[in-house]
Amino acid sequence: MTQLGHYDSIIIGAGHNGLVCAAYLARAGQRVLLLEASDSVGGLASSREFHPGFKAPVAHSVNHFSKSIAVELGLKAHGLVIDVGSVPCVGLSPEGKHVFLNGAELRGVSDDEREAYARYSRQLQRFARALEPFWLKTIPRIGPNKLGDMLTFGHMGLNLRRLGKADLREFLRVFSLPMRDLMDENFDSDILKSLLSWDGLIGSKMAPRSPNNAVLTLLYRMVGTTMSGGVGALVSALEAAATAAGAEIRTDARVQRIRVSGSASGLRATGVELGNGEVFEADWVVSSADPQTTFLSLIGVENLEIDFTNRIKRLRCKGYVAKLHLALNSSPTFGGIEDSGGRMIIAPDLDSIEFAFDDAKYGRWSEHPVMEITLPSVHDASLAPPDQHVLSAHVMFVPYDLQGGWNEATRDALSERIIDTIERYAPGIRQTVVGRELLTPADLEHAFGVTGGHWHHTEMALDQMLMMRPTYEAAQYATPIPGLYLCGAGCHPGGDLTGAPGHNAAHEILK
Amino acid sequence: MNKADPYAGERLLESPFHPRQAPLNLREAWSAWNGYRFAECYYDAEYEYFCVRNACATYDISPMQKYIISGGDSEAMLNRMVTRDVTKLKENRVTYVVWCNDQGRMVDDGTIFKLASDRFMLTCGSSCVAWLKMSAFGFADVSCEDVSDKIAALSFQGPTTCAVLKRMGLDGIETAKPYDIRHFPFGRGPLMVSRTGFTGDLGYELWIDPALALELWDRLYAIGADYGIQPYGEAATNMARLEAGFIMPGMEFNEALKTVHLEHDHTPFELNLGWLVDFNKPHFNGRSALLAEKQRGPKYVLTRLDIEGNKPAEHSWLYGNKRCTKEIGYVTSAMWSPAAKANIALAMIRSEHLKGEIWAFIDYAKELRQYSKIARCTVKDKPFWAPGRARATPPADF
Repeated sequence: MTQLGHYDSIIIGAGHNGLVCAAYLARAGQRVLLLEASDSVGGLASSREFHPGFKAPVAHSVNHFSKSIAVELGLKAHGLVIDVGSVPCVGLSPEGKHVFLNGAELRGVSDDEREAYARYSRQLQRFARALEPFWLKTIPRIGPNKLGDMLTFGHMGLNLRRLGKADLREFLRVFSLPMRDLMDENFDSDILKSLLSWDGLIGSKMAPRSPNNAVLTLLYRMVGTTMSGGVGALVSALEAAATAAGAEIRTDARVQRIRVSGSASGLRATGVELGNGEVFEADWVVSSADPQTTFLSLIGVENLEIDFTNRIKRLRCKGYVAKLHLALNSSPTFGGIEDSGGRMIIAPDLDSIEFAFDDAKYGRWSEHPVMEITLPSVHDASLAPPDQHVLSAHVMFVPYDLQGGWNEATRDALSERIIDTIERYAPGIRQTVVGRELLTPADLEHAFGVTGGHWHHTEMALDQMLMMRPTYEAAQYATPIPGLYLCGAGCHPGGDLTGAPGHNAAHEILK
Repeated sequence: MNKADPYAGERLLESPFHPRQAPLNLREAWSAWNGYRFAECYYDAEYEYFCVRNACATYDISPMQKYIISGGDSEAMLNRMVTRDVTKLKENRVTYVVWCNDQGRMVDDGTIFKLASDRFMLTCGSSCVAWLKMSAFGFADVSCEDVSDKIAALSFQGPTTCAVLKRMGLDGIETAKPYDIRHFPFGRGPLMVSRTGFTGDLGYELWIDPALALELWDRLYAIGADYGIQPYGEAATNMARLEAGFIMPGMEFNEALKTVHLEHDHTPFELNLGWLVDFNKPHFNGRSALLAEKQRGPKYVLTRLDIEGNKPAEHSWLYGNKRCTKEIGYVTSAMWSPAAKANIALAMIRSEHLKGEIWAFIDYAKELRQYSKIARCTVKDKPFWAPGRARATPPADF
């Protein structure tokens, strides 16, 4: 085995959280090595070629990246424009009666509904702002706390209290409410209900009638900033920021094992070993891999406590979102849509989402898939040849464990079904498809090393959030193994392109 | 449902030795252990105790829980589960172990038999299936099989045991050292003998296929007749183990997984079993919590007490002064020890009071009248009973 230098920190996985963490640590003067298993940085946000000349990132929109991280890391200097306004979102109607939402502007519904939306959205924004500071903070453990921890709890209490009696009462009433109830209480339009529920549900194993964290997820997704240039531009800017700060990035460097050494005082993470036998040593090993991969594969249960191991084992990590990429030889036309630069939701009513979920629960995909569509090549011309386009669809409720298993035939059948569905809204699109790729949750697991192919590494649900994410004793980024930290979506606050877990982990390491 | 007996599923099971033991249980004094009918005593607990100390006696440990842990990762799995270093255990040797939860609180104690480099038997007093399953998770090559009902076992204890086994034809048994395992052919199957026991005396444990259990019993009792052989029950076991200073679940300790209240369970340090915790081993379950406790010192320490007078101090409170105003602990087990000729007890005492005076407030009854006395206690460093013959190899012949 070759011994290759000593670093202050080694970060496993150059997804966006790994890049953010690397940038912060390097800026603080650490010697940082960022190791990425694949041939490019970005993880689920990296743009891969799926058909000659056509590229797409799995994560296809940036709409709530942390603004303060973008500012602190100087992403502007690396070519990003932040706060480019809200991402327009369209609820597609089979009858062409689409509902358009762009920030506060809502079209395609009655005046009554517009008023109801204004009221609803103002209140949710007040809730979102009250919670916002805590996405960028370590949530203290339950137990003996230091002063800083008490201040965080105090701040949280104060923010909620400052909502005032009426809002606080309403917040406590709705935060675990099923999306369906919240929608039915406020709106009549089926398309509007689907559109507004979408961000509470997508990425989770949750349907409109599931009580849990859908409202919290919605609030989580209501803060942060939008950016120019799409996902690719964000990843490039983060890579540039990390490199400029002095972090060393190595791709095609799959970590096989986190090295743990034992002494009379116990275990300590001391470095990593690559698949090719190379060894790197560091004072801190920071993993942006999902918690099950980090602990069960890279650390090994022989180095962990038994109860802790079993808490990691029971994390719910099976993803329910598939990804379809279509290479289109011309610009697609969705009936009644002029600006196709935003997100388009196909879910005619809440029942269509619920029934798709029911199918997935029992290991089937839905004959009536619901999905979110974007055209990433509209914002990033480098993704497709000139005048040609990439369509990207997040298809909700496609099970990781398909009855009978995934194979070419089942993948093809689902792809066909999805294209048929899109065809209804964009007649003629089928004829323009020159290439396609379907990534089921099982494919995402295989391609990106994410257990279960789960967007958020592990389900964002009330029992796996805050100081329980991923589980107590690892929820403050530090882990039971001294020297080992987590910085991925499996930590507070969770998944999506926010940068928050990477930021928070760096903050803990630099304490 | 079984029409003949609607309670069939609730009835106690019978051990493979039951057909021989039942007629000898003159007092019909049965209790239960892990769902098996199990003798509290056969004739008289003290008589049985004296047989253990002066001749030889059998105690049916078939209801004990036994697990075969096998596979390439079995050693690593056990080594992470228990606090002792299992990698130091040689083949055909037995070791006494404890295992703890993540917080360093004791889940249970038991013994590990190393049968081959990748095959171990773990025995313990109560079911450990769930914890074993949790402990084995994540190891690629390990299987845990519950063989409790597939192995009949007799504990055979007392000074004449070696002589009896020798005359049974177990060649070379006298050369087995304490904690050694030997294998012998017996009838149609193998007989495994370990020089282990729970009495602190010379003794062996015999492990055999349940189908051969009665044949083993008959041979043992045929030859043992001249050596004073007698079955003994739970009561005599409890006397013998207390003299030897061994702990008993439900008396000295609660299993952490079955304890509801905070710190009503125990750490190995509190039970004076710190010698079983091997910090030279980089990792085992509960290690960091135990290291912190070792540095801090345990809250309580299980202590051997010699108490003045002859009134057993069962359930007594302990005080740091004769006026009994400063409570410092409690007695877990107590008896008049015939072997030590002393009024002995095991007690949990708060560590900071171990050096000072210790007084027991003893309640006792005499012909339906309640009395109490305050007796001075002396801490004993050594076991109350540890005869040389328990360790001598070869043991004396008779």
